[in-house]
Amino acid sequence: MSTSPDLTALDVNALTALLSAGEVSAVEVTRAHLDRIAADDATLGAYLHVDGNAALAAAAAVDEARAGGAALGPLAGVPVALKDVVVTEGVPTTSGSKILEGWRPPYDATVAERLKSAGTVLLGKTNMDEFAMGSSTENSAYRVTRNPWDPDRIPGGSSGGSSAAVAGHLAPWAIGTDTGGSIRQPAAVTGLVGHKPTYGSVSRYGLIAFSSSLDQAGPMARTVLDAAVLHEAIGGYDRRDSTSIDVPLPRLADAARAGATGDLAGLRIGVVTELGGEGHSDGYEPGVLARFGEALEVLAGLGAEIVPVSCPTFDLALAAYYLIAPSEASSNLARFDGVRFGLRVGDDGSHDLDEVMALTREQGFGPEVKRRIILGTYALSSGYYEAYYGQAQKVRTLISREFAAAFDRTDGAGVDVLVSPTTPTVAFPIGSRVDDPIAMYAADLCTLPASLAGVPAISVPCGLSEGLPVGLQVMAPGLADDRCYRVAAALEAAQDAARGHRLLDELPARTTA
Amino acid sequence: MSTDRLLDFDEVATRYEPVIGLETHVELGTASKMFCGCSTTFGAEPNTQTCPVCLGLPGSLPVANEAAVAATIKIGLALGSEIASWCRFARKNYFYPDIPKGFQTSQYDEPLCVGGHLDVVVDGETHRVEIERVHLEEDTGKNLHVGGSTGRIHGADHSLVDYNRAGIPLVEIVTKPVPGAGLKAPEVARAYVTELREIVQALGVSDVRMEQGSLRCDVNISLNPVRAAEWGTRTETKNVNSLRSVERAVRYEMRRQAVVLDEGGRIVQETRHFHEDTGSTSSGRSKEEATDYRYFPEPDLVPIAADAAWIEELRAGLPELPAARRERLQQEWGISGTEMQWLANAGALGLVEQTVAAGATPGDARKWWLGDLARRANEAGSELAELAVTPAQVAELAGLVEAGTINDKLARQVLDSVLAGRGGPADVVAAQGLAVLGESDELVAAVEAAIAGAPDIVAKVQSGKVQALGALVGAVMKTTRGTADAATVKRMLEERVLSS
Repeated sequence: MSTSPDLTALDVNALTALLSAGEVSAVEVTRAHLDRIAADDATLGAYLHVDGNAALAAAAAVDEARAGGAALGPLAGVPVALKDVVVTEGVPTTSGSKILEGWRPPYDATVAERLKSAGTVLLGKTNMDEFAMGSSTENSAYRVTRNPWDPDRIPGGSSGGSSAAVAGHLAPWAIGTDTGGSIRQPAAVTGLVGHKPTYGSVSRYGLIAFSSSLDQAGPMARTVLDAAVLHEAIGGYDRRDSTSIDVPLPRLADAARAGATGDLAGLRIGVVTELGGEGHSDGYEPGVLARFGEALEVLAGLGAEIVPVSCPTFDLALAAYYLIAPSEASSNLARFDGVRFGLRVGDDGSHDLDEVMALTREQGFGPEVKRRIILGTYALSSGYYEAYYGQAQKVRTLISREFAAAFDRTDGAGVDVLVSPTTPTVAFPIGSRVDDPIAMYAADLCTLPASLAGVPAISVPCGLSEGLPVGLQVMAPGLADDRCYRVAAALEAAQDAARGHRLLDELPARTTA
Repeated sequence: MSTDRLLDFDEVATRYEPVIGLETHVELGTASKMFCGCSTTFGAEPNTQTCPVCLGLPGSLPVANEAAVAATIKIGLALGSEIASWCRFARKNYFYPDIPKGFQTSQYDEPLCVGGHLDVVVDGETHRVEIERVHLEEDTGKNLHVGGSTGRIHGADHSLVDYNRAGIPLVEIVTKPVPGAGLKAPEVARAYVTELREIVQALGVSDVRMEQGSLRCDVNISLNPVRAAEWGTRTETKNVNSLRSVERAVRYEMRRQAVVLDEGGRIVQETRHFHEDTGSTSSGRSKEEATDYRYFPEPDLVPIAADAAWIEELRAGLPELPAARRERLQQEWGISGTEMQWLANAGALGLVEQTVAAGATPGDARKWWLGDLARRANEAGSELAELAVTPAQVAELAGLVEAGTINDKLARQVLDSVLAGRGGPADVVAAQGLAVLGESDELVAAVEAAIAGAPDIVAKVQSGKVQALGALVGAVMKTTRGTADAATVKRMLEERVLSS
């Protein structure tokens, strides 16, 4: 047993091979992760809730079923962490907010249900910016989460608990959600792969809504293949979500495997000028742009044709996003009124109904959530609606059209995918932007256009700058998520080969150094 | 208690013209709720027909009920509305405990049905009520205020909420302003709601039971000086939950507003509550300080795009509508248009039709429903349909009279017992021995006793003063305590006195 591998360092593809061959048990895998959580999470702050006994019981059930000869799916016994925005039956779910402290939902989100029925083992619920509003996880009402690459830096957000857990080996993979970049940005700054699926391709049923027209759940993993496999496990039509698209998912894992062979001949890749390109590099760190440029050379070396593409409306994405998302949030968060669930303040007979609601919301919501509720309420107000919400929706339409034009391959023009840096900077120091919302919002500059257009986008590691991970974003037409995985896998394979190891393998060596 | 001073109703019209408008909510009778699979059955234990969706639990999402969309389109088609080929739901944002999500999913500037009209006849005159829109939304939960004397929120110890009703599909039918009804405005309002209810009932999409709240009205009323260029400021009276109340609410507001205007006052644009007990209205929250609902398209639902083929299929499936049915029945029953309108406005058409179907003649059925039963409903302050008597029982009653088993006077007694829940007419007659006496030994004895006891009257009759026979009939009726049939008694007396 002394020579057994560190189970928490393996990717899921390796874990499933060991599990299905019977070389390790689900309980062993789960216990390894729980031990790691017990050792490191006090420092890392990745989790809000861990129930070790429940996890071990679920793992034991898988082992028992396997021993009994039951036909199990390939993911049976693989641990997983869920961002705390995903509703889980009987398991505390807070969305990072005090207003939901102690709430145990009576139902499972579709994503949670599908992972459960695939036999995965829930390790716990991960920390996040309150109601997914933020880019650093510092807006969590509960705890600070640290970046495993540098404990003084943020792990990204809002899915920062998930990114820290996977990068820090406290989970082999995790579910995040992405409204304006909340999967891609934390993946980028922690050296992970994170994919925001096509809007409507993963059910939103049971995700605590931030901005309904933008929210999507997606995979965060150590490899492109793992991300594709996790995406396939949670994706596909769900009749409980009216905005769910009733078409089969593309073959994502196959696309990842195909991409890993390194052949991108005939593929046209557009580099978005407005996202860090010529004349648009203000705010982008040179190291980030350097790693991005090198990655483009790698892709060209695999046969892809690299062309610049100008998308002028992308400059408007941030403004449009910060009207649409807060507007929808102001309405989505109205249900947190202290009447039916969660926190209730002032119900001592000395306050009337309106006061109880006001006190509950005053004490239950943090400053960023209040800021966005106020912003959204204003933007939807009679007399301002057209100028703000209405105008932002028009911008959104223009952004969608610009994507469509860029992806139009008739007459040989256009491109198959668009690429950009995932974030303008590497992980910034904890506390450096909390008092400057505009600087914080800028972390999502590159990820917002794909969110507004509903198209799929993946972030894949492309090296280090000043010792911190840099991510490259691949955006594809709606429903063509497979292209994201193919291109990302090609880059991953080529860079891993050149480096001689995975980027993430440099992390434990450093933390133990 | 109302302290409003009221102008005499007839006097209102000498100086003012009313403009009315109605918003009618109809709870659809679909098996499941608007956006989830919960049952809609009325009267279940509180909060037993709920799920994460209709409780607005975090993460839950709505899915629109196709049957409710179809029902709304049917209502629109019956009113001659144009059906939108593309429309959306919208969120109406406001805080109240009976709204689980903090917003009501409704429709705003893109309703499912637009335009249309409904003609109503009052006293032989047709009033056209133009329809503004018909849209689909979800109902709210119900608040129960506990511990106070009034059942209202003020003075209550605490409040409970029942979410069984939350999410039941609700259709809102909004009229355009209706000017020109003058003194008839209260009756026009009532006739409109009555007709609308008939239509919805005929379509089979709701049980439209006002007492259970499956049809509810908000009544808008304004007054302007006669021949004024502009309409006055309107009030919106809510909680008007019977046909009779619709009429009373309009009448009350006309009388109240007239006094305010007479004195040079200003009508406040506000929500008012109607009180069934006093027939009065009282001020609710002022619209001038009302919530901004911040409507925006519901991002959790996809647009409704009803294709032309589906709309035509629904149109083809529409049943005979009340106006056509009235025309047909008017001919079948051989009655005048005015008589038919009385029946319709009294909400008695269906009752009469069912009574005829149960075997009564059209004349008898109308006589009972518009006569005795209408009077009793009016006394009880309830609707005809709410009386504890079925059309089949009315037909049975008419049959007993027709057969001579009972007379009209006894029939009313029988009706009393039926209404008091003592069984059907035939059971009551049997149980209480109310049947008219035939030429029984008892009656023969009574007749002969009357003749023997009044030789002077007998002599008068025999001398040609036949009308004197009435005194003998009276004597027999008295002896038999009214259980005899007067015509029979008269014939028996004639046989004995005149033929001898």
